[in-house]
Amino acid sequence: MQDDAAQKQTLLGADELVLNMGPQHPSTHGVLRVKLKLDGERVRGTECVIGYLHRGVEKIAENRSYQQFAPYVDRMDYVAAVSNGLGYCEAVEKLLNVEAPPRAKVIRTIMTELQRIASHLVWLGTHALDIGALTPLFYCMREREEILKIFEKYCGARLTTHAFRIGGLQYEAYDTFEKDVERFCKDFERRIQEYVDLLTGNSIWIGRTRNVGVLSAADCIALGASGPVLRGSGVKWDLRKAQPYAAYDQYKFEIPVGTNGDTYDRYMVRMEEMRQSRLICLQAIENIPAGPILGKVGKVLKPPAGEIYHAIEAPKGILGYYIVSDGTTQPYRVRIRPPSFVNLQALDKMARGHLVADVVAIIGTLDIVLGEVDR
Amino acid sequence: MNPALHDVLIFLRSWWVELVCGVVIVAVVPLAAGYLTLMERKLMADMQARLGPMRVGPHGLLQPIADAVKLLIKEDIIPDNADKMIFWLAPVTSMTAALTAMGGIAFGPAFLVARDLNVGLLFVVGVSSMGLIGIMLGGWASNSHYSIMGALRSTAQLVSYETAAGLALVSGLLMAGTLKIRAIVDMQSGDHVWFIFLAPVAFFIYLVASIAETNRAPFDLPEAESELVAGYMTEYSGFRWACYFLGEYSNMILVGAVATTLFLGGWLRPFSNVSWMNWLDAVPALFTAAVGVYCVYRAGKQPVRVQVWFMWAVALACFVVALPLGLPIVTALLKFKFLPPGLHGAYLFFMKISAHIVPGLLGGFWFLLKITAYIYLFMWVRFTLPRYRFDQLMHLGWYILIPLAIVNVLAVGVAMILKMEYGWNRWLAMILSTVVTLAAAFFLLRWNDKRAAAASSAAPPEQPSTEDSYAG
Repeated sequence: MQDDAAQKQTLLGADELVLNMGPQHPSTHGVLRVKLKLDGERVRGTECVIGYLHRGVEKIAENRSYQQFAPYVDRMDYVAAVSNGLGYCEAVEKLLNVEAPPRAKVIRTIMTELQRIASHLVWLGTHALDIGALTPLFYCMREREEILKIFEKYCGARLTTHAFRIGGLQYEAYDTFEKDVERFCKDFERRIQEYVDLLTGNSIWIGRTRNVGVLSAADCIALGASGPVLRGSGVKWDLRKAQPYAAYDQYKFEIPVGTNGDTYDRYMVRMEEMRQSRLICLQAIENIPAGPILGKVGKVLKPPAGEIYHAIEAPKGILGYYIVSDGTTQPYRVRIRPPSFVNLQALDKMARGHLVADVVAIIGTLDIVLGEVDR
Repeated sequence: MNPALHDVLIFLRSWWVELVCGVVIVAVVPLAAGYLTLMERKLMADMQARLGPMRVGPHGLLQPIADAVKLLIKEDIIPDNADKMIFWLAPVTSMTAALTAMGGIAFGPAFLVARDLNVGLLFVVGVSSMGLIGIMLGGWASNSHYSIMGALRSTAQLVSYETAAGLALVSGLLMAGTLKIRAIVDMQSGDHVWFIFLAPVAFFIYLVASIAETNRAPFDLPEAESELVAGYMTEYSGFRWACYFLGEYSNMILVGAVATTLFLGGWLRPFSNVSWMNWLDAVPALFTAAVGVYCVYRAGKQPVRVQVWFMWAVALACFVVALPLGLPIVTALLKFKFLPPGLHGAYLFFMKISAHIVPGLLGGFWFLLKITAYIYLFMWVRFTLPRYRFDQLMHLGWYILIPLAIVNVLAVGVAMILKMEYGWNRWLAMILSTVVTLAAAFFLLRWNDKRAAAASSAAPPEQPSTEDSYAG
């Protein structure tokens, strides 16, 4: 710890400047408000003000039946609605003690991995845009569009899909589902190379991301950070491997990790995750088992009294659902552990001592979605 | 006669060229700036797999007009706490500086120059730098944190990069030996070479520095929208904002014109001294005619009748421009004696006209083409590269560009002496100077890398304090 008085002294002995970033600012990714305490352009402290998008999702759950609540979780991380739905459905299934049939599990895996790619594409595009590269955003949106088209064909919705049902799936995969996924995966390999060409070796990009927002592994664990933020710091922790759910135990894939825990490492980790997700999709469409898509669940869900915690690896990190049932058709309490909310805590630690421009890069690299932070 | 009226007439008689030029500049440059935005948006769209403006006019050709009208009828907002006088003055200063500097530029050999000053280039560079004052004042008067930070960044950046740009210009001026715009181009014509080939490094330094000077990506920190919302323009709207915008785009045209004049041979045609390449004189006419033909071809495919008419109008305009540009073709054809003798008078007539106006027109065409190419480079860079951080920007300016520019000035100077005093071959001297500068650049970059590596290994990244600045 350094001398406190020296810390408080600004470079020119001037007053500190408090800059209010957000809630309406182009690069706070929604309605995040950050109060920056600046010495010139150097950040000496940050404070996040959240809650502008609070809708009381957890409270709403207490007044809805289990099925009725399912669409609400799509509205948390609206960039990765399918993943949210998967976590909720599996949590309730655990509570009911039923299991989705194998076919449903595989289709869920494919959909969730596609969603992971889509979510990472949005992250890449906006992150690059924040750092000043205009063009990758549009390439990313072009690829994401293909994924959203698959979603649309599958369940009729593109963004807040409500793709899964408790106990399995509502919809059978459409006729050309495998072909569409395969075509996307084939194209995507070439497309991802375009981003690599634009950014990975670009010296301005490296200069803007190397040693920016460094987070050590110990810091990550202390803060509870998860997902690519944790893995970028070198901790190999991915629930898809650690506590396999859906059909992930059937597929071979790598968990990429970084070394320095800086913004560049997190960028590399997410890029590699997209490639791995693509591989998982390719493996999964090889062999989608035949059979029913909905397990044995009644029309009215009445789980036995008890509590359950189930977590999945959402694109942004560990997404956990803690559900308490009192034996009625409505949950007694639902508590959601959103990855964005927890990861956002790292902002202050990462941003101190950097410049204003880096704060934008750091918010981008944390990949937060305010719908999930505020719920 | 009324003495006052007499004085006015005297004034008008001696200054009418400048006055007409001023009116033309004020009328044309904003339009050109508007169409530059359209060009930028269309190019950006093309590189980003989308269409860009398509609604206003065919392929969005009327979009700049619509934008201008929108800006003019927008509500004019002055923040309560702003310094109203300065807030009002700042954008006007910026725009005026850019437009005034335009007057010193020569767009062609015969005309289109307000006044060929003996300090021509210095005047242009100096007056255009005045735009900075407008930016500073605007940032200050807005009384907003984002604005003041944008203005501070802009000031520091322009001061740093003006130095590099100025030194790069000096390298070119050493070869030209004059500041007069027209003389600089004549020099390149007399030397049978554009200065870019003699001093490529100076051109490159000027290119980079001029991107920074016009506040464009990857050096667009003063208005980095993802950091400072809109920098010094944050609090501006409507016409005032348009003034800033205009100043900025005029500046782009200006740096393009300066680079073209000094390094790219001004209004000289490629291979202007090679007689068997004279057929290049036909290119402007054929080019404009081809654009016209394309417009006619596309007119039939426009969905709305207004758009069809508009396309026809554009085609007509192209043909009208192509006619005078095509005079060399006509005279060349008439020169052949297979024409009936009755047309001899016509031949003389055409000769007379084309001798008067055609060189100017053709020169203007090549000049504008070169500026456009230069600005295209600006845009291309903008769509491709991420933005520098402020410290990196300063580092690039002070540690790399300025030392490199100084070395380049010295090397070019030595080369000039070798050529003039010792009779060295021009190319040998210039290649030597370029090699020396490139070697300096190499060592500079190596040294910088080493320094950065040493700095990062000596001092591990600043441990952020855990003190909670907002606790309690």
